[in-house]
Amino acid sequence: MQQLLALVPALPLLAAVLLMLSSTSINTNGVRILGVGSVGIAALLACRIAFAQTGAGWAVQPFDVTLWHWMRIGSFAPDVTLHLDGLSMVMMLVITVIGFLIHLYASAYLDDDPGYARFFACMNLFVAAMLVLVLANDLLLLYVGWEGVGLCSYLLIGFWYDDPANGRAARKAFIVTRVGDTALISGLFLLATMFGTLSIPALMQHATTSWPMGTAMPTLAAFLLLGGALGKSAQLPLQTWLVDAMAGPTPVSALIHAATMVTAGVYLIARTHVLFALAPDALLATGLIGGATLLLSGASALVQTDIKRVLAYSTISQIGYMFLALGVGAWDAAIFHLVTHAFFKALLFLAAGAVILRMHHEQDITRMGGLRTAMPGIFLAFVIGSASLAALPLVTAGFYSKEAILGGAWDAGASGRLLWCAGVIGAFLTAIYIFRLLFVVFFGEQHHHPHGVTGWRIGVPLAVLAVLAIIGGALQTPALLGGIAIMPGILGGVFGTAREGALAVLPLVVASLVPLVGIGLAWRWWGAGLTSRFETRFTDLLRDGWDFDLAYDRMIVQPLMWLVRVNHHDVIDSVYEGLGALAKRAHAGLSLSENGRVRWYAGWLAAGSVAALAIAVLS
Amino acid sequence: MGAVAPTNAILLAAILFGLGLAGVLIRRNLIFMLMSIEIMLNATGLAFVAGGARWAQPDGQIMFLLVLTLAAAEISVGLALILLLQTRRPTLDSDVGNRLKG
Repeated sequence: MQQLLALVPALPLLAAVLLMLSSTSINTNGVRILGVGSVGIAALLACRIAFAQTGAGWAVQPFDVTLWHWMRIGSFAPDVTLHLDGLSMVMMLVITVIGFLIHLYASAYLDDDPGYARFFACMNLFVAAMLVLVLANDLLLLYVGWEGVGLCSYLLIGFWYDDPANGRAARKAFIVTRVGDTALISGLFLLATMFGTLSIPALMQHATTSWPMGTAMPTLAAFLLLGGALGKSAQLPLQTWLVDAMAGPTPVSALIHAATMVTAGVYLIARTHVLFALAPDALLATGLIGGATLLLSGASALVQTDIKRVLAYSTISQIGYMFLALGVGAWDAAIFHLVTHAFFKALLFLAAGAVILRMHHEQDITRMGGLRTAMPGIFLAFVIGSASLAALPLVTAGFYSKEAILGGAWDAGASGRLLWCAGVIGAFLTAIYIFRLLFVVFFGEQHHHPHGVTGWRIGVPLAVLAVLAIIGGALQTPALLGGIAIMPGILGGVFGTAREGALAVLPLVVASLVPLVGIGLAWRWWGAGLTSRFETRFTDLLRDGWDFDLAYDRMIVQPLMWLVRVNHHDVIDSVYEGLGALAKRAHAGLSLSENGRVRWYAGWLAAGSVAALAIAVLS
Repeated sequence: MGAVAPTNAILLAAILFGLGLAGVLIRRNLIFMLMSIEIMLNATGLAFVAGGARWAQPDGQIMFLLVLTLAAAEISVGLALILLLQTRRPTLDSDVGNRLKG
């Protein structure tokens, strides 16, 4: 059973290669069977392995599968080793199961698209790369997956490459995340030079024994890894790419830019949490960045008019919650929220995609409205997703994971209390913006009539995800509400036994009531459609995402373009061009002497002999 | 007849060599250039003989014989080339034959 672990990433990879090689000769049904089937079988295998490895008390028996020795450079010898423990098992299940549902959905969403095979090739490659990322036992192998998912993200954002705007969005995503990736690879270089290995268990072992708490080295290393995580997970100040990434097809937004890839940064920090625990400064920065991100992007989500952009800002905000949880050391709460977020955000994106599909690819919510009666199934799915995102008390998965985060923050000292406040305000904003979206799209007057019906390949993933978005909370509940501890049991082997925080009732009650207030306000303002607009200069600022793009354009892009214009003829190139010109001149001079006159040749011969003799005699 | 001092003989050889070289460089007529080359060869021959006499060794004479043979071979090839050139192009001017210029 354990040896089969390698098949989980290998199957989607194989399917991706087959699809790439045969993309012109394979028919739509073949693509469906290969593209969806490979991920489906991988999901079944992943479930089977998870079932076999989970023992009493939900504890996971960790194991390694070494596939081959990668290379050997002196004492530095990374292996291609897959490592399964509680953390990577949770990630593997999320990626394969949700990945399968989204693949099934996409097989209907992209019907009749000329790039059908290309789409599934990229999606399968993404799943393979993401699985490599989470199963890697070595930071170098993790980096391979890390760059692989970045590549697939680029390819899929620019999937409809006919529109130059999509290509621009793809490049932006690639370049902005590259900034973070540079920090990450620098961190890897630092760790490799310090310890001569990149194997994660060995690194964590070395770090705890040779680096004292809070000194410069672990802080530097943690900050560099954090930089990589910020880029991939679209956190301040590298969050600008994710909203533009919505240019890709909606299943891509659901799988890559909501459920899995953007949470890779959370996974990376959770995976190297021992190192971060040695660097309190980096940890505090993680929490503060998470708190700031969730507030700023939550506010931006309030005023968007594009259905997918609301969800994109919401994703940035929710990942901010995960970073907040990591920052206060509540590792398991962060992973728990990652899982529930994957459920309800994938659900919301898929439901939004179903709406978009039936509205003739219309994404502007001001042109929607009153869709409740026309598509009741999608409406129900959207309600469940929104309620879960808004953390509606007791009945939704999002409530339990958000409570786990806020509880962890409450217990984490003064800075934790500050972050708790940010989290509660964020929860308030979340409830307002998502129910604004819900009311504007599904209530009020109907402007345009939808067409067609929603097929089973779209309906089934929606139904499954809706169920998961409700019952997902049963993975972990506070002691007050049953004290179910599946998630802590699974993750216990990675993060140690969960802290038994003194459960404060007051913050729990406050945090539960805040979303209800938000929903009430949303109903008051937008219960009858997009009637309250609040147009001010401040809302313009919010709509543009706090003008981060403008600031980056002024501070980085334009100076760079100016430099490019000034240095059109590269200064450094002039050295080499000078060498070339010198050679040409010398050639012209020497070829003058080749005049074909034998007397000149004789003269040169004589002069040369005299010179040689003179050197021989005089020296 | 008194023995000629070796330095004088070498000096004479140098003058002859210089005259020959000047002839090669200055004259354009191929026949005269060949004759000038002969003078240069004879100058080297004289230097060999003078050297051989100075150290009372036979090598100088032997080298002179070698130079004579060389000169004979060279002049026969040279004259043959001049004859061929003459048939293609009725001139003895060496500067006209610069068709191989780079």
